[in-house]
Amino acid sequence: MRSVEVVEGSEAVALAVKACRPHVISAYPISPQTHIVEALARMVANGEVSAEYVCVESEFSAASVVSGASAAGSRSYTASSSQGLMLMTEVIYASAGMRLPFVITGVNRCISAPISIQIDHQDAISLRDSGMIQIFVESVQEAYDAHIAAFKIAEDPGIMLPVMVCMDGWILTHSYEPVYFTDQSAVDSFLPPFKPENFLDVDNPKTWGSYAEDDVLMEFRYSIHKAMQYAKGRIREIFHELSILTGRDHGGLIESYRTQDAEIILLAMGSVAGTVKEAVDMMRSKGKKVGLVKLRCFRPFPHEDIWEAIKGARVVGIMDANFSMGSEGAVGLDLKAKVCGRPSAPKVIDFIAGLGGKDLGMQSIEWIAQKAEEALYRDEPQIEPCWVNLNPAIVD
Amino acid sequence: MVVRQQARDGDGLFVSGHRACHGCGMALAVRHILEATGKDVIVVTPTGCLETFTSPYGFSPWRVPWIHHLFENGPSVATGIAAALKMQNRQNVRVLVIGGDGGTFDIGFGALSGMFERGDDVLYVCVDNAAYMNTGGQRSGATPTFAATTTHPPGTLSKGKPELKKDLPRIMADHGAPYVATASVGYLRDLRKKVAKAMTFHGPRYIQVDTPCPSGWGFSSHLTLEVGRLGVNCGLVPIYEKEHGRLTSVRKIRKRVPVESYMKAQGRFRHLLSMADAKTEIERLQAIADSIVQEYGLLVQSEKRSA
Repeated sequence: MRSVEVVEGSEAVALAVKACRPHVISAYPISPQTHIVEALARMVANGEVSAEYVCVESEFSAASVVSGASAAGSRSYTASSSQGLMLMTEVIYASAGMRLPFVITGVNRCISAPISIQIDHQDAISLRDSGMIQIFVESVQEAYDAHIAAFKIAEDPGIMLPVMVCMDGWILTHSYEPVYFTDQSAVDSFLPPFKPENFLDVDNPKTWGSYAEDDVLMEFRYSIHKAMQYAKGRIREIFHELSILTGRDHGGLIESYRTQDAEIILLAMGSVAGTVKEAVDMMRSKGKKVGLVKLRCFRPFPHEDIWEAIKGARVVGIMDANFSMGSEGAVGLDLKAKVCGRPSAPKVIDFIAGLGGKDLGMQSIEWIAQKAEEALYRDEPQIEPCWVNLNPAIVD
Repeated sequence: MVVRQQARDGDGLFVSGHRACHGCGMALAVRHILEATGKDVIVVTPTGCLETFTSPYGFSPWRVPWIHHLFENGPSVATGIAAALKMQNRQNVRVLVIGGDGGTFDIGFGALSGMFERGDDVLYVCVDNAAYMNTGGQRSGATPTFAATTTHPPGTLSKGKPELKKDLPRIMADHGAPYVATASVGYLRDLRKKVAKAMTFHGPRYIQVDTPCPSGWGFSSHLTLEVGRLGVNCGLVPIYEKEHGRLTSVRKIRKRVPVESYMKAQGRFRHLLSMADAKTEIERLQAIADSIVQEYGLLVQSEKRSA
């Protein structure tokens, strides 16, 4: 394979996973994830990937198979979307608690009902509190690179948590882009074989998944939080290390785009960031001091890095492609929690944008920036989230 | 902090110090199962009695690698382990699930069926105490007809569970499993023999062990084996083996007992014995036992003639 080729997003992810030499792959079909695991199945069938490929009867079992394989000491991988991720939820919580470091592609799609195969981030966000690391990507190239980093992050002895690479369905999984591939030898040097300190071993038998009570349970939960905090530094380092290897730098926990002197900063995750960059350039050309913070790592939440990027701004408009019913978007909640109360903090406004694949073009993004700017001239804070492109004829 | 614990010292692979109730049939079964498998097994246990009484953090009676993950995914976790062992060339190590009836018959059944359909190299042993005993004795798909449970209690409109016990060994055999067997803690040598035999096969294998539960079934803790044998000898708990779907052996009943004797030995059927209008239910249970006895040919010839 040449080092650059135009491939479908799903194929690029499968090629990244292949390069990581997983022992066990298990999956269940669901749109728009399916092309990834079909591509991997084809690679296994042709002997291009040496792995056990387990076809299961549900996503619940797919996540369980990779958990078992991981406990037995094998690098393992699965992928899913939407309802499939919901069905995996219990497994993912337990696997984070048991420190099983598999990698999962979360192909973002909205959650029923109404049933739909269109994209938003509600599925991934629903796993927010599980203890799984979540990395969002903007492009197919970033998806390819992030998967290679994901295994190294997951398997770091100080982390040992499942990692989900979140990529928007259709827009990324089904579009063709030129993708630069990393040499197998380079991937091998970056990502050595998985050799965990603990695995299910008959010569050193241990008991996994114990019952715990008030004397230790809180300590277990805290230890996951500590690993998450530690992961922030390691994720920065691992992304940096990979960028040196590949010559492609997508940023660390966040990517800042024209934020240096920005008064208005938009904060977004996923593929929409590409459009926001265009919109920022367009608004800059009109003299507006706008910038973008692209949140790459949602869990752990990198509020330190975000603060450094936004502290000079006057207002931050968050674009949340998810919503916590009865409250607001997940990123809005996080950022307000970590920013409000800091002296001279910018105003933070949460925009609910792009649910169920609702289109977000340049005009919508300009509108969001405008709304954020208008809030500056009002004394009262903007508490409630602002829903973007809602059709009043339907909701009234 | 330490996420995985080391097993304590002791004789055997399942040592003393666990927290099972007095007279627990399940704990007894597990000790004998591991005696038959030997040390080169990885054990998966779904949530349930066994998980709870053997894994309080800081204590472990397991001297084999043991993992509990969730309630409904024992088979899938086992599949993952088996797949990993294959990739790692650890072919000498076998995978064993020991799960209760709730995790096997009910909530984990989808995963169990998937594992058998795929043909994964896992021995699945269901230690069947016929209800959700860990949570206080609720009805499961394994609860026998007319037994009282906390979620199907007898009352003015109820005589206990009205439905049949799910015939899971038959269902697993019908998946095309190379080896399916039933056993009882009433006959421990038979149990060990069957586990040892199952280990000689590859692919998905299923053994269902009747494990009487003193606290849940309502009998004195010194009567576990006796209640187990009564279950077998009244016909409600048939003991047999099937290889590749074909019946290859049965444990004949030498001295048949009426189901009423089995019922009298336990609290879970007491309501029927004291209800004035429960005669037809007792007869129905006897008829269920009779049909099982007939189907598997459990009577020795002389009794068959006199019957």
